[in-house]
Amino acid sequence: MLSYILRRILIAIPTLILVSIFVFMLQKLLPGDPVLVMAGEERDPEVLAYLREQYRLNDPLIVQYFHWVGNVLQGDFGMSLRTRQPVATLIADKLPVTIQLAVMAMIFAFLIGIPAGILSAVRKGTLTDYIANFIALSGLSIPNFWLGIMLILLVSVNLGWLPASGYEPLWRDPVRSIETMIMPAFVLGTALAATLMRHTRSAMLGVLQSDYVRTARAKGLRGRVVVMKHAFRNAVLPIVTLSALLFGELLAGAVLTEQIFTIPGFGKLIVDAVFNRDYAVVQGVVLCTAVGFILMNLIADVLYVLLNPRMRQSL
Amino acid sequence: MITRKLLTALLASAAMTGMAQAADLRIGLQEDPDVLDPDQARTFVGRIVFESLCDKLINISPDQSFVPELATEWSWSDDGLTLTMQLREGAVFHDGTPFNAEAVVANIERSKTLPESRRKSELTSVESVAATGEYEVTFTLANPDATLIAQLSDRSGMMLSPTAAEELGLDLATNPVCSGPYKFVERIDQDRIVLEKFAEYYNADNYHLDRVIFLPIPDTTVRLANLRSGDLDMLERLAPSDAAGVQADGSLQFVSAVSQGYQGITVNLNNGARSESPFGKDARVRKAFSLAIDREAVNQVVFEGVYAPGNQHVPPTSPWYDERHPVEARDVAAARALLDEAGVDRLALEIQAPNNPVQMQLMQVIQSMVAEAGFDISIRATEFASMLQAQTAGDYQGSQVGWSGRTDPDGNLHAFVTCEGGLNDSKFCSEDVDRLLNAARTTNDMDERRAIYAEAQDILMAELPIIYLYHQTWLWALRGNVTGFEGYPDGMIRLAGVRVE
Repeated sequence: MLSYILRRILIAIPTLILVSIFVFMLQKLLPGDPVLVMAGEERDPEVLAYLREQYRLNDPLIVQYFHWVGNVLQGDFGMSLRTRQPVATLIADKLPVTIQLAVMAMIFAFLIGIPAGILSAVRKGTLTDYIANFIALSGLSIPNFWLGIMLILLVSVNLGWLPASGYEPLWRDPVRSIETMIMPAFVLGTALAATLMRHTRSAMLGVLQSDYVRTARAKGLRGRVVVMKHAFRNAVLPIVTLSALLFGELLAGAVLTEQIFTIPGFGKLIVDAVFNRDYAVVQGVVLCTAVGFILMNLIADVLYVLLNPRMRQSL
Repeated sequence: MITRKLLTALLASAAMTGMAQAADLRIGLQEDPDVLDPDQARTFVGRIVFESLCDKLINISPDQSFVPELATEWSWSDDGLTLTMQLREGAVFHDGTPFNAEAVVANIERSKTLPESRRKSELTSVESVAATGEYEVTFTLANPDATLIAQLSDRSGMMLSPTAAEELGLDLATNPVCSGPYKFVERIDQDRIVLEKFAEYYNADNYHLDRVIFLPIPDTTVRLANLRSGDLDMLERLAPSDAAGVQADGSLQFVSAVSQGYQGITVNLNNGARSESPFGKDARVRKAFSLAIDREAVNQVVFEGVYAPGNQHVPPTSPWYDERHPVEARDVAAARALLDEAGVDRLALEIQAPNNPVQMQLMQVIQSMVAEAGFDISIRATEFASMLQAQTAGDYQGSQVGWSGRTDPDGNLHAFVTCEGGLNDSKFCSEDVDRLLNAARTTNDMDERRAIYAEAQDILMAELPIIYLYHQTWLWALRGNVTGFEGYPDGMIRLAGVRVE
């Protein structure tokens, strides 16, 4: 098992290198001069020249790239051009925010998606199935920004139940922190729940038609036991993979949702960084999310092995 | 048991009223400010935070005249080369360092010499500055500069603690130490900037808030929703489309002030190959374009009538507005006649504009207006950084841009239309305009300056390197219980006298 994990980590390294080259080059392809943005309205030529020098923008691309990689290997991700904060600090500040949002969104997705999926599989073709499907499709189709604004207007402005937007660190005021995150997590969660529901449904449908489920029923086991103990356990494998991937995507930041609810997470950080041509921040964040994504993939594979005894033997 | 419950409830409610009495003001900003060091800072929104954090030598009044802040009085020598300033006694920086002439000298030198300083161009006329008394400084100028007072009423005049500046260097940006009515507590990037009352401030009695919290909320709808739900006490840059709703809402207040800046279309007159079109080469064509626009209708349709139509570098409400050139009414026949005179039947043009819905709407309205005179405009929606680069590189025919505005008219004009001006992307060049705008810098007499600007204006109105369209109005929305706020044309938020009832 350990050697398997190690092997997977080694395979991930070339991927990361490719990602970093790709992001580095893509950014340079973007039109727009970071120094023009940084110099401010006045665009003092002396300042422009100084900044170009300072951020090595006069060097050839390949030199710039290796300089950046060299620094990253020493743990120095550079400094934000916009606020002069170290990129590592920015990432460290935003990571808990993004993780909290991702975890809460996943909780919503699980709470809605899995029961709905099981229910619609068990009651296939009934009104319940259609209603669950309708809700799932709505969750997929409603744009996040629209649902977000509607929720703010209803829950915060009209009912006054939750703060309209913003963020409070969990360690500072846990209650307020969760309050500010409920709506954005719900908005993200409903979209994910739809995907989860569809996959749970099809996985369950497959399993429910298998022989051993029929046998279990024939034995006279209660319906609930058959569905949860016999069927769901076997249907859970693809759901685990899917959840890990969905979680990985959430870690890359939820751009629109973070923008609407003014949550200072990865999504907002990277969007602002792109618009300000804040190269160091974009590179740092993308590298970090790539690591997160690869990690989630790895976890999915490990969980797969743990959950499926047949795969253990093949290791 | 019951008494214990009661006691807890009482304690809880006492704690809550205690919280309510601590007067916090939560202000919603449109963007997240950049570096919090006045020498390195470059955004409009950052200046809003500085207004409460960093006192300046000079401030402005709502009618844009200069009033004392850290400097109590100032006078010019007859040749306009020496500016002597008396300074406030008893002012201290947030770290306890006393404010005096030495501090001013250190600050001006930092603004002039720090390699990262964005203030250099504002202080080029200052040759040296010396402490000529404990509370007196003397600026020696290389050439007379009427704009210096205005510069010292903005970021160039903001005073940092020399002790902190020495110790922190560039890192001052993340921990600013100034001498304003509020001091820096913390900043969470893209989330909030918290300031708290500075008890030793010389005018502390006039500041009634314990804490000021700036919250960047870029989405205008969400910003307003936060105000309505009570999560904000006030917000800046309300969307014009929300103005009527706020005015009709009895629980909210609406404050506005016409800005010092402008929005217009900068025309490529001489900046590379793309200037080669009748639009860039024939002033009659630009005049026709300008005449084909109904500026009042633009204001009504796109901005709900809350902005100010304009045709000059300053708004019609400014003391520097040239009344001899009023905003002209739309005249399609005259525009058509000018195009015929220039030998143009229909002219295809590409104009770049920021890719946000409001500016797109503006350009579409203009597109259909000028089409009637004979212009076929294609609008190129461009993201800001790309637009800026295209503009400096001359890769444009027309560019819909603006300027946030400066208190002195020189700041809205000189860099844009003088031959060597740093912001002259049009590459307009006229010896007469250069001579006049340079002359306007050399005298402090307002009438004299106005006469010089009038002469320059006659040329600029004929040549139209920039076709001015309108002036933004700063719009603030406040909750009903916030009192004492007054809007200023510079769009800043000044908190003297502001209370949360």
